[in-house]
Amino acid sequence: MAECGGVDSNTTSHTMDKSITLPPDEIFRNLENAKRFAIDIGGSLTKLAYYSTVQHKVAKVRSFDHSAKEAASDKLYEIAVQEEVTARLHFIKFENAYIETCLDFIKDHLVNTETKVIKATGGGAHKFKELIEKKLGLKVDKEDEMTCLIKGCNFVLKNIPHEAFVYARHADSEFRFQTTNPDIFPYLLVNIGSGSSVVVVQSEDKFERIGGSSIGGGTFWGLGALLTKTKRFDELLQLASKGQHSSVDMLVKDIYGGSYACLGLTGDLIASSFGKSATADKEFSKEDMAKSLLHMISNDIGQLACLYAKLHNLSRVYFGGFFIRGHPVTMHTITYSINFFTKGEVQALFLRHEGYLGAIGAFLKGAEEDNPNQYSWGENYAGSSGLMSVSPDMNPMQRARSGTFPFDMLEMDRLERQLVNLPLLQDPSSYIPDTVDLTEDAQAREYWLYCFEEALDGVVKRAVASQPDIPGAAERAEKFRQKYRHKLQTLRHQPFAYGSLTVRSLLDTREHCLNEFNFPDPYSKIKERENDVALKYYQKAVKSLEALSWEDRQFALVRGVLAGNVFDWGAKAVSEVLESNPEFGFEEAKRRLEERPWLVDSFDQWLERLKGPPHRCALFFVDNSGVDIILGVMPFVRELLSRGTEVVLASNSAPALNDVTNSELQILTERIAAMDPVIESALREDRLTLVQSGSSSPCLDLSRLDKVLAMVARERQTDLVIIEGMGRAIHTNYYAMLSCESLKMAVIKNSWLADRLGGKLFSVVFKYEVPVGKPH
Amino acid sequence: MALNGLQVDDGIVDEEDETPSKLPRCNKEMPGPFGSDHQNEAAAAAGRAASERRTSNPSARHRKDSVKKTRPPFPWFGMDIGGTLVKLVYFEPKDITAEEEQEEVENLKSIRRYLTSNTAYGTTGIRDVHLELQDLTLCGRTGNLHFIRFPTHDLPAFLQMGRDKHFSSLHTALCATGGGAYKFESDFLTMADLELHKLDELDCLVRGVLYIDSVMSGGPLECYYFENPTDPDHCAQKPYPLENPYPLLLVNIGSGVSILAVYSENNYKRVTGTSLGGGTFLGLCCLLTGCSTFEEALEMASQGESTRVDKLVRDIYGGDYERFGLPGWAVASSFGNMMSKEKRESVSKEDLARATLVTITNNIGSITRMCALNENIERVVFVGNFLRVNTLSMKLLAYAMDYWSKGQLKALFLRHEGYFGAVGALLELLHPS
Repeated sequence: MAECGGVDSNTTSHTMDKSITLPPDEIFRNLENAKRFAIDIGGSLTKLAYYSTVQHKVAKVRSFDHSAKEAASDKLYEIAVQEEVTARLHFIKFENAYIETCLDFIKDHLVNTETKVIKATGGGAHKFKELIEKKLGLKVDKEDEMTCLIKGCNFVLKNIPHEAFVYARHADSEFRFQTTNPDIFPYLLVNIGSGSSVVVVQSEDKFERIGGSSIGGGTFWGLGALLTKTKRFDELLQLASKGQHSSVDMLVKDIYGGSYACLGLTGDLIASSFGKSATADKEFSKEDMAKSLLHMISNDIGQLACLYAKLHNLSRVYFGGFFIRGHPVTMHTITYSINFFTKGEVQALFLRHEGYLGAIGAFLKGAEEDNPNQYSWGENYAGSSGLMSVSPDMNPMQRARSGTFPFDMLEMDRLERQLVNLPLLQDPSSYIPDTVDLTEDAQAREYWLYCFEEALDGVVKRAVASQPDIPGAAERAEKFRQKYRHKLQTLRHQPFAYGSLTVRSLLDTREHCLNEFNFPDPYSKIKERENDVALKYYQKAVKSLEALSWEDRQFALVRGVLAGNVFDWGAKAVSEVLESNPEFGFEEAKRRLEERPWLVDSFDQWLERLKGPPHRCALFFVDNSGVDIILGVMPFVRELLSRGTEVVLASNSAPALNDVTNSELQILTERIAAMDPVIESALREDRLTLVQSGSSSPCLDLSRLDKVLAMVARERQTDLVIIEGMGRAIHTNYYAMLSCESLKMAVIKNSWLADRLGGKLFSVVFKYEVPVGKPH
Repeated sequence: MALNGLQVDDGIVDEEDETPSKLPRCNKEMPGPFGSDHQNEAAAAAGRAASERRTSNPSARHRKDSVKKTRPPFPWFGMDIGGTLVKLVYFEPKDITAEEEQEEVENLKSIRRYLTSNTAYGTTGIRDVHLELQDLTLCGRTGNLHFIRFPTHDLPAFLQMGRDKHFSSLHTALCATGGGAYKFESDFLTMADLELHKLDELDCLVRGVLYIDSVMSGGPLECYYFENPTDPDHCAQKPYPLENPYPLLLVNIGSGVSILAVYSENNYKRVTGTSLGGGTFLGLCCLLTGCSTFEEALEMASQGESTRVDKLVRDIYGGDYERFGLPGWAVASSFGNMMSKEKRESVSKEDLARATLVTITNNIGSITRMCALNENIERVVFVGNFLRVNTLSMKLLAYAMDYWSKGQLKALFLRHEGYFGAVGALLELLHPS
C-alpha cells in the first residue's frame, strides 16, 4: 500500500515548542522569491518544496575593443562581478510537530503574492489541509501520492549523480553508490509505508502498481508497539538493533539440529518466525521480539519484491518509504533478504533523497508549465544537508549545532545548459568519472580531507583579494570558511553524505560554497594577469617551435603542454611556488619536468601515430588559463590544425580555480588569431571551434556535458579526445575508456598522489590509448 | 488403483508400469534377523490372493511377488517430526491369521492394542479418528491406517514409552522424516535404542499427497475446494477429483511454509518458502493474547474482528483506491491501526488473534499467488497442520486466490492436511525408492 496514511500524530509528536526561532539563512532560504509550493506530509515527517530565483554574483568577461590598436589599454579584457538570477529548487524536511512553526515562518517571510495554490500529497495532507489554507492563504490542491512518488524518483535518478546506492553493512564502505545509468527505465519501486506497494516504472509517464502487501512499516510499528509497549518507530528500531532474533524465531537448526543440507538451507535460517514463542513457555525480551519482527517483515517484503522482479524480469529494485528512510537497520535486513531470495541476481537499491520523492513529485506536478524536465539540475552541495543529517545516532553534532530543530535540506540548481553523455564513451553505463573513491579508500580520504582543510586559508585569502572593491568580502569569506570547514567535518564522519566522496566532489563542494557566498571567481585577477603575460610570449614560442625538425617539434609541443600544465593554482605544491615567485617562468617549468621515460609514457606510440594520416577532428578538454592554454595548448592545437585536423576546444562554462572559461578563451583565441594566420584561418573556416563543457568544476564528468558539445563532437566525427590536467585526466577519467583514440596529459603536482602512483613530484602522465579492435 | 506397486482395496488396478526406480527391491536397511520366513509366508499368501483377485496382468503379478518378498515385518509406522508437531501414521493389520496371532510377539501386540484402543495418549497425544482409513490394502495386507499427532516437545515422553514397551526388540526399521528425524536421531538411539531411517521431508510429502489422493478416489474425496469463495453466503465445500493433478503447486503450511511445484510423481522442486507460517500465527497469538494452544488461538480468532486492528484501504482513502483498483475493504496495513495508542487500548484479544490469522493467511496467499504466476501453474493444493480445523484460513485462502487472480487460480485442500509427510515415510518403509 501507499505511504503511511493518517498516522495519528500523538504517537509521534513531541512537545511543540513555539518559541523556536528559525535562522532564515539556514532554513527556508530565498523565501522572498519563492513560488510554486508543494508539501508532502507523511506519518511523521513533512517535506516542503518551493521554487525560488536566486540572485547571485557571477563573473562576466567583457572584452575590450582591440580593433583600434593604439586605443586599447594594456588590459585584454575585464572580468566583472555581476548579478545574475538563477533558478533553484528548495526542499526541506522536518518533523510534523513543527509544521505550525514552519507555516508561520513562511507566512511572515513570503513576499511573492502570485502563488495561489500549494500542491499537497502524502497521507497527512488532508489532516493539515485546513491549517495550511488558514496559515498560508493558499488553496491546497491534492495530488496522487504514487504519481508524485514516481515523478520524484525519476527526477532524482536523472539529475543527481550517485543518487542510488547499495547498502553493505560490513563492507569497508557501507554505501556503494551507483553510477548514473543514462537509461533509468524500467525499474521496480517498492515503497514500504504503512503497507507495501510494488510499482513497475516503464517510462517518464508510464507506471503501474503491480502489487503490494499489507505487511509493511505499519505492521512493524503496530505489532511492535503491542509486543514491546514501545511507542515510537525509531525506538522500536533501536530495540531491534540490540536484540537476538534466534531466541524468538524457530531456526532450521532448531528443527533439524543443523542445516537442511539437501535444500541448501543453513541451520541459522529462520524456519518459523516467532516459532519459539509458540512452544517455549517463557518471557521474551523486548529487544529480541523487535528483532524477530524486523526480520520477519523485512524478509517478507524482500521475498515479495523478488517474486515481482522475477515475474517482470527486472533487476533494478529501489526501496523507499518510511520503513527504509535511511535507517541502516532496515536497509541491512532488506538487502539481506533480497540477496537471499535472488542469490545476488537482484540488488536492493536505496536512494539518497528517498524522503523527498513525494515532495519533488508534487512540486513537479505544479510546475509543469515551467517545464522543469527540459532542464538539467544539479545538487547544490553547499545548501544540501546530505544523507542522514537528521538521523539522531548518525549526526549528533549537526543537531547540536543547528540549535533549532532537526531539519534536512536539499537544494538543486537549474543548470544553464542541458547535460548529456559524451557520445564517445565506450560504455556509458559503466563509466565512472572518478579515479579513486574516497568513501572506500580510507587512507586517501584522510589525506585529501586534510589537504583541503590545509588549503582553506589560502582560498579564503584569495577570495577576499578577488573583490577589493566589493564591500563585505572579508565577512563573506569568513562565512565561506565556516561553511566549507563544516562540510569537511561532516564528510570526515560521513564520507557518504553526498554520494561517493571523491577529489572531484571535494573540489565541487568548495566551488558551490564559494558561489554561495558570492565569490564566483576568486582567481579572476590572477587569470587576467597571466593571460596577459603569456600572450606576449606566444609568437616567440611559436617561432622557436617552427625552427625545430618535425620530430623534435612533436616532442617539444608535448613538453610545452606539460610544462604549461605546471601552472596551476589548484595544486598546493605549485601555488606555493607561484605565490612566492610570480616570475616562475615557462622555461623553469620545463626544467622541473620529469625526464623521459615518464611515469606513464606512450610518447613513442603517439609519435608513430602522428606519422600516419591526420585525425579528422580532435576534441580538446583544456585546463588552466595563462601559460597553460596560451603557450602550451595553443601551439599544440596549431600543429594539429596544420596537419589538417579540425579542433574543438572545450572549456568550462563557469569559473573554477584558474581554469580558463569559455568566455575567456574566446577572447584569448581572437587575440592569438590576430597574431597568427594559422589560428586565424582555422577560426574563419570553422576548423577551430570553441565550445563550453557545461561544467564549472576543475574536474570532468564525461557523462554530464553540454548538449552542444556532444552534438559538435558527433557531427565532426571526432576521432581523438585530448584531456589535459590533473583534475580532468588523473582525478577523473584516468581509467575512462573512449571509443576513439585518446590522449591524457598531466603533470602530477601533488607529492602524495605522485607517491601513490609510484612517481614523484612533477612526474608526467602521457597516456595515449587506442580502443581495442580499432587500430587507427 | 495401485500406486508405487501398492495394492489398494478399490478393486481397480493401475496397469501403468512403474518407473524402475520406484520398483520395490531388496531393502538393505531392512533388519535381516527378523525378516522371518514365517512373516513372509503369511504375507505371500495374502499378496497372492490379492493379486489373483484383482489382476491378470503378468507384470503386475510379478510386482506383487516382489512385494511380498521384501515386505517388512510389523509394526508399520511412518513418522514426521516437525518443528511443532510429531505426526505418526500407523497401519493396523486387520487380516491377521490365527497362526500369526499366535506367533505375534507380546510387545507388538501391546503396541497395537495401545494405539488402536485409545484416541488420546498422555495429555497431548491425539488420534484423529475421523481421518482413519479403513480396509486399506498395503503391501498385500489389509488393515486400517491411523493418524496420530503430539507436540514435538513431548517427544521424550514418546521415546520413554517406546523404551517401556521394548519397541527396539521388534527390530523394525523406523522411517522418519521432518527435521526432527535429524535433530533427535541420537535421542532415538540412546533413549529408545531405535535406529531411525531418515527421509527427506519433501520427498515424503509429495509421495504422501499423491498416495492418499489415489486411495481416496473410491470413498469421500480427499481433495476439495470452496465453491463461490467470494460470496460468503454461497461459499460451500465441494469435492474436487484430482485425477490429473500435474502440474500443481503444493503449499505445505506447518510451523513455516514450503512451496513446491510438482510436475510429476518424481519431478518436483521447492520453489520457495516463508518463515511466516503456523508457528508465527501461534507464536504471535501466545504473545499478544496469552493463549497457549492452537485450538485456543483459533477459537479467539473466530470471535474477533481484524478490521479494528488492521488499517484498510478505506481507512486511508475513504473508499476504494480507484487509481490502482484497490477495493476499500482490502487491508492496506496489517496491524496498521495499532500504531495509534487509543486504538491499541480499544482492541480485544480476539481482535488481535483474528488479525494475526488474517495477516499470516493473506501473506501465504499472496506469496503463493506470485509463485503460481512465476511457475505458470493454476492449481494450488494447500496442506499442513495450520489448516487443521481452520476453516477461516481455508476460506480466506480460497477467496484470496480467486479474487486477486480474477478467477485464474483454484485453491484446493486435502482432508489429511498435515499427515502426508508421515504417510510418505510409511510408504518408504514398504517400498523404498
